[in-house]
Amino acid sequence: MSLLELFKAFFQIGMFSFGGGMAAIPLVQEGIVAQRGWLSMTQFTDLITIAEMTPGPIAVNSATFVGMQLFGLPGAIVATAGCILPSIILVSILAVAYSKYKEIFWIKGALNGLRPAVVALIASAGITILFLVVFGTSKVMDGIESINVIGFLLFAAGFFVLRKWKFSPIKTMLLCGLCGGIFYSVL
Amino acid sequence: MKKLLKLFLSTFYLSAFTFGGGYVIISLMKKKFVDEMHWMEEGEMLNYTAMAQSAPGAVAVNASILVGFRIAGFAGAVVAIIGTILPPLIIISVIFFFYEAFRSNPIVSAVLKGMQSGVAAVIADVVVNLSSTIIKNKDMISVMIMILAFVATFALGVNVMVIIAVCAAVGIVREALAVHRKEADHELAGTL
Repeated sequence: MSLLELFKAFFQIGMFSFGGGMAAIPLVQEGIVAQRGWLSMTQFTDLITIAEMTPGPIAVNSATFVGMQLFGLPGAIVATAGCILPSIILVSILAVAYSKYKEIFWIKGALNGLRPAVVALIASAGITILFLVVFGTSKVMDGIESINVIGFLLFAAGFFVLRKWKFSPIKTMLLCGLCGGIFYSVL
Repeated sequence: MKKLLKLFLSTFYLSAFTFGGGYVIISLMKKKFVDEMHWMEEGEMLNYTAMAQSAPGAVAVNASILVGFRIAGFAGAVVAIIGTILPPLIIISVIFFFYEAFRSNPIVSAVLKGMQSGVAAVIADVVVNLSSTIIKNKDMISVMIMILAFVATFALGVNVMVIIAVCAAVGIVREALAVHRKEADHELAGTL
């Protein structure tokens, strides 16, 4: 494991996370959690929680955390740099191209193809997190050890207030955190 | 120099106090740089928004590169990037130092466990919103891409980057065919 490997891993994430916001989740999950084991699934879920509650993007937050864990502050800076370098290169190209031809057909086409795929990838990552919450493991195929009823009920309640009462994500997570703090401590 | 400092402070401030993801920060950038400072026009900001969303990576980072470059050239872009990534870098570094001690506290651990359910709910909500938009458009190929991409990643474990590359290629081919067909129609109309 080296700084270069760290840089490469986050460069790939920066390069392939199209669609903003949550698009980075499946890439970090695969590249950092599953393939390299630099984060546990629980740590990664905590990072998404933090990313939703603090201003930073998920990819930058993950880069900082993983970099700190592996190499301290230099690692954090290298990982973050790797993560934003593809943006810098591609945004610059796009800015030049955009002023020349307003509608570039291949960018439009690529994004049209990516939109449904990114939804599917986020859905898959979301289910993995739900499995972690409910079954205590994200590898359900290997057999289920226990079922966490509180975890599932909190998920259902969170989903309900988001859809029905249009709660903000931060409010929903604080509510789930508060209820979790009470139920998990008492029961 | 004064402009660069102002740019740095503005992007740092926006990045440090914007909760709720990339789209929120763009609307705040518009308020700050267009309405308040008059450094650019609204139409430009709309173009930048479209570009920031088209490029890969975090929308906030992409937007800051474009805005920084527009305001003060290359130096502006560098200053804006640093201003934007410094707050999350500092926040997460601080959290990192407290994370282990924090996580092993039974009450904090219970709260975080509850929040995991909340995160799963937030992701589920986003997925429902995005997928219903795609289904409502009644474009069968998009719906097929969505289903196939899900099966490929979830059931078959195909590499995420491979899925992204293939779907982008499919989109480009579709768009090229559509453009070609339109041109062919024009020619046909011309001969008649």
